Amino acid sequence: MISTLRRHSVLPGFNLALGYTLLYLSLVVLIPLSAAFIKTASLSWPAFWETVTAPRVVASYKLTFGASLIAATINAVFGLIIAWVLVRYTLPGKKVIDALVDLPFALPTAVAGVALTAIYAGNGWIGQFLEPLGIKVAFTPLGVLVALTFIGLPFVVRTVQPVLEDLERETEEAAACLGANRVQTFLRVILPAILPALLTGFALAFARALGEYGSVIFIAGNVPMVSEITPLLIITKLEQYDYVGATAIAVVMLVTSFTLLLAINLLQRWTQKRGAREH
Amino acid sequence: MNATLVLSSPIATSRIECATTESAAMRWLLTGIALAFLALFLFLPLVAVFVEAFKKGAEVYLAALVEPDALSAIKLTLLIAAIAVPLNLVFGVAAAWAIAKFDFRGKQLLTTLIDLPFSVSPVIAGLIYVLVFGAQGWLGPWLFDNDLKIIFAVPGIVLATVFVTFPFVARELIPLMQAQGTEEEEAAITLGASGWKTFRLVTLPNIKWGLLYGVILCNARAMGEFGAVSVVSGHIRGMTNTMPLHVEILYNEYNFAASFAVASLLALLALVTLVLKALVEWKTRETVSDNGNPEQVKP
Repeated sequence: MISTLRRHSVLPGFNLALGYTLLYLSLVVLIPLSAAFIKTASLSWPAFWETVTAPRVVASYKLTFGASLIAATINAVFGLIIAWVLVRYTLPGKKVIDALVDLPFALPTAVAGVALTAIYAGNGWIGQFLEPLGIKVAFTPLGVLVALTFIGLPFVVRTVQPVLEDLERETEEAAACLGANRVQTFLRVILPAILPALLTGFALAFARALGEYGSVIFIAGNVPMVSEITPLLIITKLEQYDYVGATAIAVVMLVTSFTLLLAINLLQRWTQKRGAREH
Repeated sequence: MNATLVLSSPIATSRIECATTESAAMRWLLTGIALAFLALFLFLPLVAVFVEAFKKGAEVYLAALVEPDALSAIKLTLLIAAIAVPLNLVFGVAAAWAIAKFDFRGKQLLTTLIDLPFSVSPVIAGLIYVLVFGAQGWLGPWLFDNDLKIIFAVPGIVLATVFVTFPFVARELIPLMQAQGTEEEEAAITLGASGWKTFRLVTLPNIKWGLLYGVILCNARAMGEFGAVSVVSGHIRGMTNTMPLHVEILYNEYNFAASFAVASLLALLALVTLVLKALVEWKTRETVSDNGNPEQVKP
């Protein structure tokens, strides 16, 4: 039955490989994920709406989305600069710096959380200089922003870097020959070429930040209505045995994530098309 | 190639150069900004973990690591990774074999679905297993009747970890095996090799670095996962406490030195992961330049 789906091939193992893939995917991912939607379906629409638009929940959306958006923007700007420096300039220890960029992928989020809190607390390495200026980072929404910036850092660098490497210098030389100065060349020649990758990196960092939990809860202070992120609210509801409430909020987040995933897929296709046209 | 070849006039040359690179001051500024940002957000937190861990001396540090609860957390973390990584390794190879070596309807959709766990919040990854296996969940009553425990026990932690590390191996192997095509395997099969022999002697040597790369990333996440595991673990000390959860418990008890001591082990794991990852990337590039196939540069 399954074999009618595929074109003829001499290689063996298709039925086994695809069968196992579908079974494992269903058992581990699809069926458990569907549980969230089925559980939420037990709520009437008004009850669902009331749960997901309660003031405390809306405050958590505002914080989560706002901080994620700002963090992704910070990462887009600094990630572009870092990728640029890593691709175009020579500096000592570049390979080590390049490898270190992936640290937020490799460092467990809880470790990142306690480390950032230690640095930005009132008596921490950086916090002690900020506190006299009236800037409190740890245990405020600003702390959430710091944590989300940390975990999103590699995304923009890693999506922009390969595109910058492939960029042909001839186009920049042509622009210069035609009388463009460096700023014009950057804005008119380089930026359009790397824009899809930059947007992809931004979207990936934003999507990751939306669901982040481990690195945030240590530094956030977790004050309801002020510095409580949506994933934490899900856990709080679970701890109060409010499974339906927790799941309803989870469904809102899942739908948001899946929409973002779709947008990222479209962006990536755009990036590839752009790359194919230039070659 | 070079603009200087085209334009011999020295004035024109310098103008071109200044328009294809930035001025020295600009280069210094950009490099400075990049390094300052990396120092502030990457280097400083990493150093802070080790400094805080050793703040009360090496004795306190070691005592925090050999304490029974810490040891049991370390053992549990290793056990979870030892189960979750091989499961996702087998899945990754099977999925990549089906997707990269064959054409079938719905392939694009399947590839997207495999990446799905990466876009799900870790907290939700834990929650969905509670909905299936928890006391109030679909299988809750049946599990209770049969005296089986999944949530707030080791199987739940394994499941949540498998979920969050699900795509790692598959997403490394699929593009790699797609780029390699099917000619070599087809030749082996045509010459009479069995399917298993073809996989072992032809495919496996071609994908070994990509495979290793996926396993390294999968393992790092499996050992370090916090959010998903936190939901399903129940935080029972000495029983269902993994290393990241142990860091949290000690931290919330204001036992900072011990908390950072356990955290420093995880930071060490992250550093080893980065080194191994760089080695594999370097090795892959080397193999690629030998084969002269630029398609495979990205592992």
